[in-house]
Amino acid sequence: MMRIDARGLHYRELNQLIRQAVAQGESEILLDHVNGQRYIGDGLKGNAQIQIHGTPGQDLAAFMSGPTIRVEGNAQDAVANTMNSGKVVISGMAGDVLGYGMRGGKLYVGRDAGYRIGIHMKSYRHLVPVIIIGGKVGDFLGEYMAGGVLIVLGMSEDGRSDGRPLAGDYLGVGMHGGAIYLRRSVDRNRIGKEIHATELSPEDHQLLQTELSEFCQDLGWDLEKIWEVPFTKLAPVSHRPYGGHYSY
Amino acid sequence: MSYFYQKDISNCGMAGLIHKKGARIGGEIIMKSITSMRERGNGLGGGFSAYGIYPEFPDLYAFHIMFEEASSKREAESYLAENYTIHKSEPIPIRPLKVVSSPPLLWRYFLEVKEERMLYLFPELDERDFVMQTVMKINSGIPGAFVFSSGKDMGAFKGVGYADDIGHFFRLEEYEGYLWTAHQRFPTNTPGWWGGAHPFCLLDWSIIHNGEISSYGINKRYLEMFGYRCTLFTDTEVIAYLFDLLSRRHRLPLSLICQILASPFWKEIDLLSEEDRPLYEAMRMVYGSALLNGPFAILVGHRRGLIGLTDRIKLRPLVAGVQGDFVFMASEESAIREISPHPEKVWALRAGEPLMAELEGHAS
Amino acid sequence: MRTTLPSEFFVEIDHRRCVRCKRCIQNCGFSVYSFADGIVPDHTKCVACQRCSTYCPQGAIRIERRPIAFRANANWTPQHIIDIWRQSLSPGMLLTGMGNDLPYPILWNHLLIDACQVTNPSIDPLREPMELRSYLGKKPDLISILKKEEGGGFLLKEALPPQIRLEIPFIFSAMSYGSISLNAQKAMAMAAKELGIVINCGEGGLHQDLYPYGDHVVVQVASGRFGVHPEYLNAGVGVEIKIGQGAKPGIGGHLPGEKVSLDVSQTRMIPMGTDALSPAPHHDIYSIEDLRLLIYALKEATDYKPVSVKIAAVHNVAAISSGIVRAGADILHIDGFRGGTGAAPSIIRNHVGIPIELALAAVDDRLRQEGIRNQVSLVAAGGIRSSADAAKAIALGADAVALGTAALIPLGCNVCQRCHTGNCSWGIATQRPELVRRLDPEVGAERLTNLLHSWALEIKEVLGALGINALESLRGNRERLRGVGLDAQTLEILGVKPAGR
Repeated sequence: MMRIDARGLHYRELNQLIRQAVAQGESEILLDHVNGQRYIGDGLKGNAQIQIHGTPGQDLAAFMSGPTIRVEGNAQDAVANTMNSGKVVISGMAGDVLGYGMRGGKLYVGRDAGYRIGIHMKSYRHLVPVIIIGGKVGDFLGEYMAGGVLIVLGMSEDGRSDGRPLAGDYLGVGMHGGAIYLRRSVDRNRIGKEIHATELSPEDHQLLQTELSEFCQDLGWDLEKIWEVPFTKLAPVSHRPYGGHYSY
Repeated sequence: MSYFYQKDISNCGMAGLIHKKGARIGGEIIMKSITSMRERGNGLGGGFSAYGIYPEFPDLYAFHIMFEEASSKREAESYLAENYTIHKSEPIPIRPLKVVSSPPLLWRYFLEVKEERMLYLFPELDERDFVMQTVMKINSGIPGAFVFSSGKDMGAFKGVGYADDIGHFFRLEEYEGYLWTAHQRFPTNTPGWWGGAHPFCLLDWSIIHNGEISSYGINKRYLEMFGYRCTLFTDTEVIAYLFDLLSRRHRLPLSLICQILASPFWKEIDLLSEEDRPLYEAMRMVYGSALLNGPFAILVGHRRGLIGLTDRIKLRPLVAGVQGDFVFMASEESAIREISPHPEKVWALRAGEPLMAELEGHAS
Repeated sequence: MRTTLPSEFFVEIDHRRCVRCKRCIQNCGFSVYSFADGIVPDHTKCVACQRCSTYCPQGAIRIERRPIAFRANANWTPQHIIDIWRQSLSPGMLLTGMGNDLPYPILWNHLLIDACQVTNPSIDPLREPMELRSYLGKKPDLISILKKEEGGGFLLKEALPPQIRLEIPFIFSAMSYGSISLNAQKAMAMAAKELGIVINCGEGGLHQDLYPYGDHVVVQVASGRFGVHPEYLNAGVGVEIKIGQGAKPGIGGHLPGEKVSLDVSQTRMIPMGTDALSPAPHHDIYSIEDLRLLIYALKEATDYKPVSVKIAAVHNVAAISSGIVRAGADILHIDGFRGGTGAAPSIIRNHVGIPIELALAAVDDRLRQEGIRNQVSLVAAGGIRSSADAAKAIALGADAVALGTAALIPLGCNVCQRCHTGNCSWGIATQRPELVRRLDPEVGAERLTNLLHSWALEIKEVLGALGINALESLRGNRERLRGVGLDAQTLEILGVKPAGR
């Protein structure tokens, strides 16, 4: 295992060190004292395991294809941007625009996440992206979603029990593929008219069981507790939600 | 009509802190925070605001003015001397740095309004209106002179360069304040202009801003109706003037002002109770031209506190943290952790909902 | 010397396809067709309203422009020559309908809209909220509030004066019952209700059948005061004093006796068959303080509903507007020289007035300079042809736009400019019962609703491109427009920079 002290390092230096380590065949890399360095893991391929102590900066794991990154702490914005495969596990909270254009791999966030999560997630052949948020999220969840799986549990305590809803407004607007699972029933007014809400089918149940088991294992959660509240599934009505908007 | 300006676009990094009991700390702390976000700027603009830094002159207006030429300085000073008693005037202390090249003349003046002069010229104005008029007059009427802060016991320090370089340039470690904001700029127009850096200040208001105001054209024309002149070639300027107009002149509480600048959507207003709805409808109807459209996160400093606000669909980031009596707000969590590694609480602001951190013992 | 005028159009009938159903004879309001062993058209009567060609089941009719040939002359155009013939044969002022059709510059065609890139995100109107709602009426300079007794928060202390709410920034322009048919007005009223906007009923009074649409009607009080009585004044959500209109600034109106049918006479409260003459000025408004009297009289009579004043765009429109605002108007409706009419002398329609683009810009500037812009809402009218024109008008400073011609085209109008004859084959600008009954108000309402929904979508698309999600941030935001092919002076008046700056 290789340890890198990131204190005082500019992101270019840090990422270069990481890339060198991966090129040299290091399979486990630990980064200490990370604070705000951007672009960690961007474009990385292979199957290295990277552990981050601290707060990584913007665009963690963007365009990543294969490795696993674990963050002990909070992450910032734009994690897993257009990620192709691999895994990112964040024990704390994360910011806005997570998983934008994500095509594969998994992103787990233990606590709350921000706005615009999972925009235009898409799947392709065997690549199916999965995002699981343990806490609550803001507006525009799953906007323009084209494929993949988005799960929001709304469970963690963030110190502010202010009665906020699990997810915000404009949920799933423009959704035309994939599925969103919310742990509890959902207010019809808040979701885009392109989607309909249903209960879980046996296939859905199996999917959640598989995905949530892995999530619980990675974050030390109790799967039984999660199943105590029923989920709602949101899926698109059509693959061409805006067909009627144009005059020919 | 002055419409042949080049509107500046700023996409940037922000940091701010306040000590709720008013304890004063040195500028090196905020400099450390903003430096960690160097990447958000491009070295063409950086700036700070600081409150509580002139305890020896608590009741005098501290004008920080930049002059492009000596003649601008002479003209401005003569105008000030007519209307104010200048208790002190001196160059703002700087430390010459290679990376901060071609600074303008930077002076500060500690001013007291000449009562009889104000009554003679503008009997209907109160003192702060008079000071605001002075600032507009100098900025639009005296070529090459720009007042970049005009409050009491506070000041702005800004210029062309990375924020930490600007902080060193102005020797901010020598000042002590209870409220600091800092800004790192990424301008794409008028790169060489000192006046275009943030913060934008008027009286006690200081504004730093991340984003672009797509409603600028109408915000500016609305403010012009009330005597404000937008001369600093940057959209952020209107935010400072809107706060001055709505708070000082229209006497609206800060929480409502934030709901004017980042209005709730009509569909949310329609769902309010019979009791609450008329106010929110009226606010949008009367102040529609003050709505800030486009992505923004702002930190607003004033004598009694610090406000953080984002646009109503949260297109820009803003994170807050609390550590003891300190409240921090910044574009990135890492900027807070740079100066407070283990805050008690860290959270992201919600769209259109202000966070107001105030000095204890003061109501808004 | 001539004794007849040449025809402008030629009615081409494909007799191989014609099955002699005689629908053309029945449909033509201008008596072009007769039958003599086959359909026989009189080309001189054809006005190209296209009713016959639309309804011919065989598609056997084709109307062509086939004027007589003159040697090319850029100065003595055929129109000038023919107009002189017309007046020498039959003395009197030349009359026409609809709006100015001469090739004066159209400033909308020289204005381009900005879009956001890189430094500011555009917004996707299909997925993200986009607000088009407006309120017309006087707004105070500031609001007064008081603290709630418990629970924190605030309440509005003094209510705003009543406002007219528009879900999208459009109004159906004033077209009087008499100049157009009841069915046409019904179609617009029904569409206004569906869309959440209003129709201005024009100066012909309000027919009983339209009273149920009161929440979507603004009633008009013009110089002839037709049909003006207390129920009428209170029937709508606002009252408009018509001082002038863009097509005929400075002159009055004349509805010939033939168009004053029983219904029209009842609605206007004048005897059947008499001419309905609207004097040029309101004879109780000879100066601005008289206007103030009328405005407040109406306010008192309606318990302070919003009062709008409609004027034509003329040279000193900015100064007039300032006066009107100070006289107490809540809404100022400006009609540019391209505005339409049921009947006007050609000389006035074609040569008097100024473009709405310039008028709007000048008025908005002047009111702001005087610090009174918030005391009125501005409605711009006069040749708004598309959602692009509307968006540009709003960027120049309009709170909403009024649609006249654009509202008649979905009902069948082909802008043949023969409204003044009262023979509109489409049943729009006529009172002849056999023609009026052709216009189905429900179908008409559906067409109008389709049109304005489409325009609303287009405006949202424009707002999205501008990175704006509320109409109030576009309103008066001239920074988002640029001019092409305009001289410096025009740009200055418009307050718009040239493209490239």
